[in-house]
Parts: sequence; structure tokens; C-alpha cells
Amino acid sequence: MDAAAQFAERIRAADGGERALRLRGGGSKDFYGGALVGEVLDTREHRGIVAYEPTELVITARCGTPLAEIEAALAAQGQCLPFEPPHFGAGASLATVGGVVAAGLSGPRRAAVGAVRDFVLGVQLLDGVARRLTFGGQVMKNVAGYDVSRLMAGSLGTLGLILEVSLKVLPRPVAEATLRFDLPQAQAIEAMNAWAGQPLPISATCWQDGVLTVRLSGARAAVAAACRKLGGDLVDEGAAFWEALRQQRLDFFAGGEILQRLALPSVAPPLDLPGAQLIEWGGSQRWWRGDAAAARQAASRAGGHATSFRGGDKSAGVFQPLPAPLMQIHRRLKAAFDPRGVFNPGRLYPDLST
Amino acid sequence: MNATSHRRHGAERDQDFGDVDRPGLLAALAAVVPPANLLVDGEDLKPYECDGLSAFRQVPLAVVLAENEGQVAAVLGICHRLGAPVVARGAGTGLSGGALPHGQGIVLSLAKMKRILHLDPVARVAVVEPGVRNLAISEAAAPHGLYYAPDPSSQIACSIGGNVAENAGGVHCLKYGLTVHNVLRVRGVTVEGEIVELGSQALDVPGYDLLALMIGSEGLLAVVTEVTVKLVPKPETARVVMASFDDVTKAGDAVAAIIAAGIIPAGLEMMDKPATAAVEPFVNAGYDLDAEAILLCESDGTPEEVEEEIGRMRAVLEGCGATGIRVSADEAERLKFWAGRKAAFPAAGRISADYYCMDGTIPRKRLGDMLRAIAGMEKKYGLRCINVFHAGDGNLHPLILYDANVPGELERTEAFGADILALSVKLGGTVTGEHGVGAEKLGGMCVQFDGEELSTFHRVKAAFDPAGLLNPGKAVPSLHRCAEFGRMHVHAGELKFPDIERF
Repeated sequence: MDAAAQFAERIRAADGGERALRLRGGGSKDFYGGALVGEVLDTREHRGIVAYEPTELVITARCGTPLAEIEAALAAQGQCLPFEPPHFGAGASLATVGGVVAAGLSGPRRAAVGAVRDFVLGVQLLDGVARRLTFGGQVMKNVAGYDVSRLMAGSLGTLGLILEVSLKVLPRPVAEATLRFDLPQAQAIEAMNAWAGQPLPISATCWQDGVLTVRLSGARAAVAAACRKLGGDLVDEGAAFWEALRQQRLDFFAGGEILQRLALPSVAPPLDLPGAQLIEWGGSQRWWRGDAAAARQAASRAGGHATSFRGGDKSAGVFQPLPAPLMQIHRRLKAAFDPRGVFNPGRLYPDLST
Repeated sequence: MNATSHRRHGAERDQDFGDVDRPGLLAALAAVVPPANLLVDGEDLKPYECDGLSAFRQVPLAVVLAENEGQVAAVLGICHRLGAPVVARGAGTGLSGGALPHGQGIVLSLAKMKRILHLDPVARVAVVEPGVRNLAISEAAAPHGLYYAPDPSSQIACSIGGNVAENAGGVHCLKYGLTVHNVLRVRGVTVEGEIVELGSQALDVPGYDLLALMIGSEGLLAVVTEVTVKLVPKPETARVVMASFDDVTKAGDAVAAIIAAGIIPAGLEMMDKPATAAVEPFVNAGYDLDAEAILLCESDGTPEEVEEEIGRMRAVLEGCGATGIRVSADEAERLKFWAGRKAAFPAAGRISADYYCMDGTIPRKRLGDMLRAIAGMEKKYGLRCINVFHAGDGNLHPLILYDANVPGELERTEAFGADILALSVKLGGTVTGEHGVGAEKLGGMCVQFDGEELSTFHRVKAAFDPAGLLNPGKAVPSLHRCAEFGRMHVHAGELKFPDIERF
């Protein structure tokens, strides 16, 4: 029996209570989201790249395929996953591609090129009653039926077990350069927004402690022209910095206190929160250490939302509560895909299954 | 008991709305919109009987022209209470019959809601009403050096609400993405009258990505009342390379070779010989009429970047056996090269009484296979077909030429189209890349999806619209319809809908 058939059997034998299932790849993002409940269903048995043709700009892989394996295959052909998903895991807890999609987390290049969901082209999944379903496909343009594939991105395994996923890939940028500017927070936010309105090849930004770091990626001529135009100090160890940011290995991310992720309109002025902040995505993603209530209040006032990303007490829920009409749609969707509530209970919202 | 309480959306059969209380419906609607905004007479309803797919026609019970979100909510509330179907409509330029009226329901036109509510050049967003034309957004953003990237060929007329409904693309989406990549937030009203906001000006929201579900949902989930779009900087310059080939397969291979070279062109389009022959007298674009196929390959960015990239494109195209290469010398020439491509549909209308536009997408490497197969189908059905492709993303628009007044031609055309779509699925693609399923490709959906997948789509609809009143019968076929269609995909010898009665 192949792994997918075994998964289906596990799903059929599961229920929404004692025998719920906790879908898990490498476990590199176990820290993320709500409660970890249920018997572990380890997806890593179902692994391997199914199809990859560089000229089609698509890779299709089974859920348990290590992200590192996919990135190596792409790099060998001069291509990449443009949304730079964080791995976060190492050793025995290597990130898998199924987890990348289910977690829906994107890295430094997100504001420039899009998020995980923007690159998902198709999925094959097992729903909550073990039906094997295929949505989307391997082509860039596809409007046949609702976009269920993209719905899976960030659904934290609460709708189905992703068996296989097809992702759009892109050529790696020919040239990159990293620049640094000494700028206070308010001016850095202004600068990031002003530059984003100009045809500049900015692929990532990061502000912390009075220093704005900017990455340029693209054709050689474009990167060189942008360096001349923007000024700043050229940084030699740029690639290492962006990799550390992507994997949250910068000093800012060390420490035990709860880490809040605030997603805001990029133009939101500096937030009135005590302590240090780190800003990414041209101003749209801001990190802060502190309690959920303060983060949510500040985020809501600025037109966004906050997530208790890592560490600390999760009893208040990890994700900001939804307005009632949206929560009702969420519950109905959950019931549509997983009527018995067998997948990852409480991982997204505690009261998703009714 | 209201009519909705006994009505539930399901996967098995199309619902019967024969019991809608027409006088009661009209009286209730008259109470919530001004008299001039409620059309009930045959002559007034006639212009709404079809959208851009004129082969499908149906007069609705009434047309309501909503002026604001309050009216939309009130109209939906009434239809929900009385169990009447609602078909939302923007500019009516859709090509798949998505806005085809329902005979027992109303058309809810959003064409009067055409204000640009807010344009923020610093945040690079525009908040617009659904009836705003696609091109009007870019025009409003132009003074700030910004534009809205998706540019469907109908952009001069089509509205953003319709673009959201169809997940519209265009000739630049290989590099700049589809509607789903360029819309940040949609505000809308559910048929139950709830105002919902999907997505956000922040780059994400907590919970499921309902925005992704909403975009391309063909008016089946909610009615759009406001859209926040992303504006992006206009490239400093753009130039286009026009390459001629003496063989369509070579042209198809050149498309793959460009991608393999690590180039993502701003646009990459292909036209075959019959297509260039059709458009050239119409626009004088300067196309090579001896070529079996031409490619239009655009580069944009800074002048230095474009210069560099054009050089790389030229080298790849020459290496693939291009028989001629021209690079646009200036903006006027660039627009002329594109004018022919954008005029392909009207040109087809000029050389043929009628034409039927297909919209399959296939993996790029199969372009040559598809073109050869279409040539065979032309003989089989005794009809001509001209081919224009968004080659860069494998999206095909074969235009089958026919004359509806010749008995049997429409039927042959439809069979021809069904063959192309079935082959698109077989080659690993889809029946619709950007025009939508609408009323037109329901049969194709039965080929592409099995009963369990279709049932899942129906459950997704029911999560937003439990009574099944928004654009019923479109986009996702009932299982019964697939059984009747009888040409469904038989996978590995298994019948897909064994439990459904057949006729």
C-alpha cells in the first residue's frame, strides 16, 4: 500500500475527538498556530519530486519532500521559489513542502513578488473523509472552478491533507546587491514606500535599530543603475544577512518573550509600542515582543492584524478573531472539507468545528 | 414561510426556481431603488439578455441598476427572502456567458457604481467601485507614474468587478500576474445580506484566504461592491521584438527556449499565419504575412535593462531559427505591433460572420502538438480556425470561424471547441485560462473534474450562499448535468457518475 493510501486509512479511522489527526511534516513549524492536538500523521513517507521542467516554470512535489531538496533541484537549473519560504527547521525537523504551503509563511521577498499563495498552481489532497481530490494544475492561468489550491495556503492543515502541490517557480535573479542607510523609523517607512512607487528592482527591505537594509535583485544593468540612484553603503555580506532574516536567526529574534507579527498597510506610521521593532516587507510586516492584546490593538488601529507568532501563552488564541459573518463562512468551509473535524483541531481557531 | 427556507444548494441537480413570486419580487424591488433603476419591460430588458457570448441569450424577470452598497444589500435581502436568483453584471464583456441572465431571476447591474473612491500614490493602492473600467484605474494612476497591471484585451470597456469575478488576465500576466495577484481586498455583500471584507491593504489576513476563493468565483459567492487594487510603477520603457518563423512548432519551441534562458518577458504572444492575415489589413501592424507564425516578445524596465534583455531575446530567437526579427524602434511602433494582437477578435468578426473564442491553457511545450491537432480538426469539422496565444503562459485563444445562419455550423463549431478543450485537459491543462466557465464550458468542467471534486465546489458555494441564489447553474455543473452531458471523462475505465440517472 502506498503512503497516500495509508493516510486515507488513517483519516477514515480518525474522529473529531480522541482520535483526531495532527498533520505534520518535519515539525519545523510546530511552534506556529494554535494547539497541537491529535495523533501525529507524519507526511514524510510521501515524498519526492513528481515533475519538474524548468521551461514550464513549475515544480510538482509530494507533501513530504524536504524544502531543501526542492530548492537544490531548482538551484541546479538556475531557478528558485521566489517567495523565499522560511525553513525554520534543521536536523530531524527539516521543513517539507506540504508544510510550507499549509503554514503559508513567506520570506523577505514577499512584498516584491508575492506570497506562497501567489505561487500555488495546483494541489492534490485528501479531505476529511479521505476523498482524493485534485484542484488547479500545472499551468499559470486556470480559472476552472474555485481556486481551492490557493485556499490551502495558510490553512494550517485544517481543510485537508495536501498530498501533492504544484508551485510556480522563477529564474534566480542574475544580480543582487545590498545597501544600508542610517535612518530613523519614520523616515525609513517613508523611504520604503517612496521607492516602492518607482521602477526600482527592490526585492527586500529590513529596518531595525536605526538602520535600513535594502536588497536589489534583477538584471545587472538594473541593479547597477539602482545602486547609483539610491546611494547608501554597499554591504558585502548581503546574502548572509537576508538568509539570517529569512530564518529568523538575527539577534532580534533570540529570546523567550512572545513574538508578535503585525501585518499592516505599508504606510502605517511607527507604532506606539514599547521596546524594539523589526520592520520588513516595505513596512507591511512588523515584529515586536509583547502581549497579544497590545499588539492586536495597535495593529487594528493601523488597519491590519496581529498574530502571536512564536513563544508565550497561547490561551488568548494565536490569530486575531474574525468578524462574525467571516467566522461563519470559515466554519462552513471547514465543514465542507472536513465535516467530522478530524484535521488539526484548534490549530487555526479553537471553535472552527461546531 | 419564505421561499428560501426550503431551498438549499446541492451538487446533484440544478435548482428549479419556477415558484418565484414575480409580482411580489418586483413590488419589493420597487420599494428599495428609484423607478428609473428598475427595468421590467421587455424592450428595456433586451440589452441585458446576453454578455460578450451572444450565442447564449435569456431575458431576465427584471434588471436592477444599483447605485450603492446599501441598494445592493437591500436587493439581495429581497431576493434571499423570496428565493429569487441573482446574476450580477458589470460591463457585460465576458466571453463565457457568466452574466447570462436567469429566466426566473434578476440581473443586478453594478455599472452605475463607477467611482474611484480613493487613490493613494504613496501606499500604491486604489479603492474603486465595481463598475470602474479596468483602463480607467490606470488612467487615474498615470500622473503618479503608477498603473494597474492586469490588462485584458477588453480593458477599455471591462469593469474591475467583472475582472474579480473572472480572475482576468491579459497579455502581461506572465510577468505581472493575474487579477488574483493584483487585488488586495474585496468588499462585498453575501446573498444573506452580510457585508464581508476579504483580504486587506495589509498583505494578509488571519484565517483562510477567502480573497483567493472570491477572485474567479464568477459571481457565485458574493456580490462585489468595492475593490482595493495594487498599483505598480510604470516601467520606464518597453520594447517588443517581433520574430517570424516558417514553422509553428519552431515558434512554440522558441517560447520554451526563452523561458529556459532565464528570461521572463513582459509579454510573449504568438499568432499563426491565418491570424496575421486576418488582422494585418485591419491595423497595418507590419506583420510578416509569409511567416507561419510570429512571436511578439516584450521587455520592459530601465533603458539599460531593456537593452540587455532585448539582446538576450534576439540571440535565443535567432538560435531557434527565426526567419526575421524586428525590434520596435519607438513607442509608436511598439503599440502598432501590439495593436494587431489586441485587434484579433474584432478582425475575426470582420472576416467571418461569427466566431467562437476558446480559452484552454496547456503546458507551453505542447503548443506545437495543439496547433497540429487543431489543423486536423479544421479538416474534420470543415471550419477555419485562427490562432492567437498568450504563448508565455500557455493560454490559447483559437477563434473558430463559422456562420450561425448556415444550418449545422454552430453545432459543428461547438463540437470543434469541445474537442480543443478535451485535448487541453488531456495535455495537462485546463478548459479555461481566463474567460471563465460561465454558462459555456459546463461540459468541459465535467471532463476536467470528477464528481467528488465538483461536489466539493458545490459545498464551497454553499458555505457562502447556502440557498444557491447567486448565479445558479453557472461555473460548476450539477452532477446530473454532467451525466446528461455524457461525454465526461472516463478515468481508467471507471464511470465518473455511476449513481446518476442517464438519458
